[in-house]
Amino acid sequence: MSLRIRYRLRRGAFRLDVAFEAPMRGITALFGPSGCGKTTLLRAIAGLEVADDGYLALGGEVWEDGARYLPAHRRSVGYVFQEASLFPHLDVRRNLLYGYRRIAPGRRRIDFEQAVSLMDLGDLLARDPLQLSGGERQRVAIARALLTSPALLLMDEPLAALDAGRKEELLPFFERLHERLSLPVLYVSHASDEVARLADHLVLMDAGRVSASGPARELLTRFDLPLAHRQDASSIIEATVRGYDPEWRLATLAFDGGSFVICQEGLAPGRRVRLHILARDVSLTLRHQHDTSILNILPARVEEVSEEGAAQVMVRLAVGEARLLARLTRKSAARLALQAGKPVFAQVKSVALLG
Amino acid sequence: MFGADDLSALLVTLKLAALSTTILLLLGTPLAWWLASTRSRVKIVVDAVVALPLILPPTVMGFYLLIALGPDGPLGRLTQALGGASPAFTFTGLVIGSVVYSLPFVVQPLQDAFAAIGRRPLEVAATLRASPLDRFLTVSLPLARHGYLTALVLGFAHTVGEFGVVLMIGGSIPGETRVLSIAIYDHVEALEYGQAHLLSGVLLALSFLMLLVLYGLKRRYRVARA
Repeated sequence: MSLRIRYRLRRGAFRLDVAFEAPMRGITALFGPSGCGKTTLLRAIAGLEVADDGYLALGGEVWEDGARYLPAHRRSVGYVFQEASLFPHLDVRRNLLYGYRRIAPGRRRIDFEQAVSLMDLGDLLARDPLQLSGGERQRVAIARALLTSPALLLMDEPLAALDAGRKEELLPFFERLHERLSLPVLYVSHASDEVARLADHLVLMDAGRVSASGPARELLTRFDLPLAHRQDASSIIEATVRGYDPEWRLATLAFDGGSFVICQEGLAPGRRVRLHILARDVSLTLRHQHDTSILNILPARVEEVSEEGAAQVMVRLAVGEARLLARLTRKSAARLALQAGKPVFAQVKSVALLG
Repeated sequence: MFGADDLSALLVTLKLAALSTTILLLLGTPLAWWLASTRSRVKIVVDAVVALPLILPPTVMGFYLLIALGPDGPLGRLTQALGGASPAFTFTGLVIGSVVYSLPFVVQPLQDAFAAIGRRPLEVAATLRASPLDRFLTVSLPLARHGYLTALVLGFAHTVGEFGVVLMIGGSIPGETRVLSIAIYDHVEALEYGQAHLLSGVLLALSFLMLLVLYGLKRRYRVARA
């Protein structure tokens, strides 16, 4: 079961020509620079843009092919626009109910109270959209889309119109969405930090084409793709909560290449979590250091080294099945004589827990 | 105070304005909607035709209407073929004339209101499962309400104040086509200044009141939306 998408369309000089598959669960990020066609693609999927040639199938259900075309209001999508676009003539409650009322009661998979509590909107229901902050408006827009019980949730840079503070305020809601709902999400973004934090699957776009598509943890660390060469390059490791040390208040998270300890209370053992590690927070040693403040030291093997400008290199490490990026100076790499296949120890200074 | 003739002129005027405005709102809605959303090149031509009554002398409009509605005109022939009389010098003729004459006063505010809504709210409604008609009724209409208010007041007031076109196609038949503005003209011609004053005063007060209501409501919308 997957989401199969193929579109070809022209708008003036711009051409979109994409074909890819995405999993039917988790967040798939459409990532690429502004103007690469991400939004146009999302609009075509929603039925808001008619392509010259399109194929769209959700699992076994075909929404669009040469013979049929479901109009926008017949597609089971939730669409969250970049600007919240709440109806100005309706208060928050009636905005939320607008789509909910148009779904037959038997087909509803989320009820009003659930959506309100998921997005924490209890105190805002009687307000007018104009009395809300940008972040609040976007939460209403997300809840409004969820209340149509969509089979597919489409989000067009829902954080782009917000300042950094509001962004931070909203991100936990996305992670919650990710955790609690099993519906597939297509998330358009040009911000690599959002993508690293949220995406399970990545579709990289450039100039109207898909340049790569695959699991986020793989694409983030591939040297033939631009993400692994960014200043904020990072890797993702999926781990399981193993236990908690009440004396030092540290949680242990295990994955097949080893384990991490992090300062985090209240993680239930057995829970699956995603860990986000910036390449610049990883250093390498040839011998296991014991007299160091760094707790997270993992045995690894160098897979590939890539020069980054005149003074730096990026190293991709295999840690079990997982991949880790480390950004070092070229001098350090030369001193350690790093090359493919060499066993090393990765010292991880900082680990961020995602969802 | 009011003679029976003057009272009937007032009633004819109000009936004419109410009927013409209703027809204009019904016809104007799809026309304004099309003008606000089309990318067709025909749009500029239609825009210009709709705006013609704004600049044409009413006598010119009236003259052409007289020809069209008369027994040898296309509309006159049509009604005669259907077994009726030609609509020139009838109340029906006046309604047709008023609809043409007041068209821009209704279509333009509606068109501006629809254009101001933009595509986004309708796209949002579509993704929330609203069919095209549903979107129009639950999103476009309520968001264009200030446009409807303007169209209603301007269409009505402008029809009440119509003179030149009525002069050409009306014929001043009491109880049928004799409207206030014509009655005033007749009183002045007959040097009945007292009655001319009275009717003019009524028209002035009515027009002022309607505009007052219009601007008052517009202000309230603006305050409510700010």
